Amino acid sequence: MIDITMPRLSDTMEEGTIATWHKQVGDTVKVGDILCEIESDKATMEYEAYEAGTLTEILVPAGGLVNIGVPIARLDNGKGGAAPVATAPVEAAPAPAPLSEAPVAVSAPAPVASAPEVADADRAGIIASPLVRRIAREQNLDLSNVRGTGPGGRIIRADLDATVPAHVAETPRGAAMPMATGPLVDEKRGSQEIPFTPVRRVIARRLGESARSIPHFYVTAVADAEALVQLRVQLNEQLAATGRAKVSINDLLIRACALALREHPLVNASYVSDNSPTMLVHDRVNIGVAVASNNGLVVPVLVDADHKTVSELGAETKELVSQASTKGLSIDQMSGGTFTISNLGMFGVEEFTAIINPPEGAILAVGGTKKEAVVVDDEIQIRHRMRYTLSADHRIIDGALAAQFLQTLTRLIENPLSLII
Amino acid sequence: MTLMSYRQALHDTLRSEMLRDENVMLMGEEIGVFEGSYKITAGLLAEFGEKRVRDTPIAEEGFTGAAIGAAMLGLRPVVELMTINFSLIAIDQIVNHAAKIYGMFGGQAKVPMVIRTPGGGGQQLGATHSQNIELYYAFVPGLKVVAPSTPADAKALMLAAIRDDDPVLFLENLALYNTKGEVPDHDEPAVIGKAKVTREGSHLTLIGYSRMAYVAKKVADQLADSDHLDIEVVDLCSLRPLDRETIINSVKKTNCAVVVEDDWLTYGIGAEVAATISDGAFDYLDAPVRRVAMAEVPMPYAKSLETAALPSEHDIIQAIYQTLDATGHRRSKTGPHD
Repeated sequence: MIDITMPRLSDTMEEGTIATWHKQVGDTVKVGDILCEIESDKATMEYEAYEAGTLTEILVPAGGLVNIGVPIARLDNGKGGAAPVATAPVEAAPAPAPLSEAPVAVSAPAPVASAPEVADADRAGIIASPLVRRIAREQNLDLSNVRGTGPGGRIIRADLDATVPAHVAETPRGAAMPMATGPLVDEKRGSQEIPFTPVRRVIARRLGESARSIPHFYVTAVADAEALVQLRVQLNEQLAATGRAKVSINDLLIRACALALREHPLVNASYVSDNSPTMLVHDRVNIGVAVASNNGLVVPVLVDADHKTVSELGAETKELVSQASTKGLSIDQMSGGTFTISNLGMFGVEEFTAIINPPEGAILAVGGTKKEAVVVDDEIQIRHRMRYTLSADHRIIDGALAAQFLQTLTRLIENPLSLII
Repeated sequence: MTLMSYRQALHDTLRSEMLRDENVMLMGEEIGVFEGSYKITAGLLAEFGEKRVRDTPIAEEGFTGAAIGAAMLGLRPVVELMTINFSLIAIDQIVNHAAKIYGMFGGQAKVPMVIRTPGGGGQQLGATHSQNIELYYAFVPGLKVVAPSTPADAKALMLAAIRDDDPVLFLENLALYNTKGEVPDHDEPAVIGKAKVTREGSHLTLIGYSRMAYVAKKVADQLADSDHLDIEVVDLCSLRPLDRETIINSVKKTNCAVVVEDDWLTYGIGAEVAATISDGAFDYLDAPVRRVAMAEVPMPYAKSLETAALPSEHDIIQAIYQTLDATGHRRSKTGPHD
């Protein structure tokens, strides 16, 4: 007795709908027979039998939508061993997260979650391949929020791809880096081999890919930050008086970006692929904040940043940054971003450009807030100024749109009361 | 390098070893006057004479035992068993004598002999003449079992087997005799116990030996064209000792494996390979190891049934698809491949 599961029929398929069943319960099935037709995100395809036998049960009727890996029918192949009845009901199939490329659904339970006897049998209640378990162990990943797309809902390496590059998994630990041999390591340079950490590898792969494949362009603007600095002073006096945590310029900036993204939703977007007839525009504004933690560069994501107050954003950022430096962040905390802010102001940097964090469409590189002599009403005044540069993916964002976004951002920074109302 | 058949590579290597070392001699049924059932020994009786190319009675146990005695006394006999099926008559000599004499008698005598024998079905030779029972010998400590899949490996492993001081069962295959490949002109013995990665890849490890190593390579090349799959092929070359390190390293790289074998599935060589992977690469597996083997029946005579019983390229491709589906691997084609 074997379970026939929803197959992955395309690169991006996460779930499929049974269009029609060609075989009915009791029918004899030969290898190569068409069992059913399945609608994926791309097309309707015929699904052929891999094994021969008798179809004993149809678990997902025509019209039913389930995740890949979920059993859709049961076949008696003459080998006995009835599978336990532990399948996810059709309606329990979690909704896909259409706005995220990552197969990491925030709220979706793994399909196996509805099978308590299976979960009980497993120590952690999670079915994952040995490879996935090892990667999770080594990189301190929390698998409980990862949706498995392998047979029976097993979490497979592909499900981790959002955060773990394939070759981390493929390269045995301690294996020589490509750098380790050849003329790069030599006496003349006095070179030493420093092994990559897993985080470093992720950075290398993702940003390398971003810089190589995304046509970046850069737009810089400058804001008068006098009002922002004043507002922060006032806010912090009030917050300190009531014993609450202070807010930073960066917290105000996150809020400003969130509101600017609301006004310019096409910046809060993702390019999908050269083959895709569509781009993705994200309804939710999830802002990643680049953090140099003890464990390397990480980008925790502030979900629904446009719905949070400045002090909420400040508290959440503080918590994520401290967690990044101590126990590390989970996949969930680092995925699903729609825009990233990288701030090097605290290092005295005036301005810089950043590389887009794919699949996001843009990133804002923020310099420090410092006093400058500027001309105001034909007089030279000393004012706080702040420079920032938007790196945008030209495949989906044009120069005018980038400029309009920065205009809005500058307006918000220069009129900061709108950030706290 | 010279392009030649597997058959020719074996013939030329036997001849060159006989020229190199006068202790190398051949024994077997019909190998002299008739020049061998598969013509591996063609011309050798005429060239080397009856003393070194011995036609034997149809009595496998007797002449295998005689070869063991000759080996103990310093000759390097190469015995031809017409097919591996007939080795069953000599199995007591092979398992209880050739394999045991060196260890059981405290190293007083070595048994430097080679037993050449073809296995394989697909020739409509019926249930008793189409078996792949190399496992019976790979199971036994004291023996070495090699199984080349290419003319070049046939030469290198034959050189190694003849020069080895232990008894070596040298598995040939009826379906490989006419296959051709480049063979080095110089004599460089293989290292017995080393597998070969015959195709580098990153998506999946496909493991086979003898004819199935040949088929595996072919399937991998085909899927690279048709499906853009990057499959690594491991040719075991030697069944005992088994090169576990090469198998494990490959699976550590690809995270999944399919083992293909011409013998029966249950208790087969593939089971040992799967256990090796589970032992050495468990934490690297993203999907269960799959095996493709012959149907669990005595080989049928009818051509249609014989073809159905043997593992086919189609079977291997299906197993690869199923394994890659289980790892969520993105493949360019969606339907089963025919």
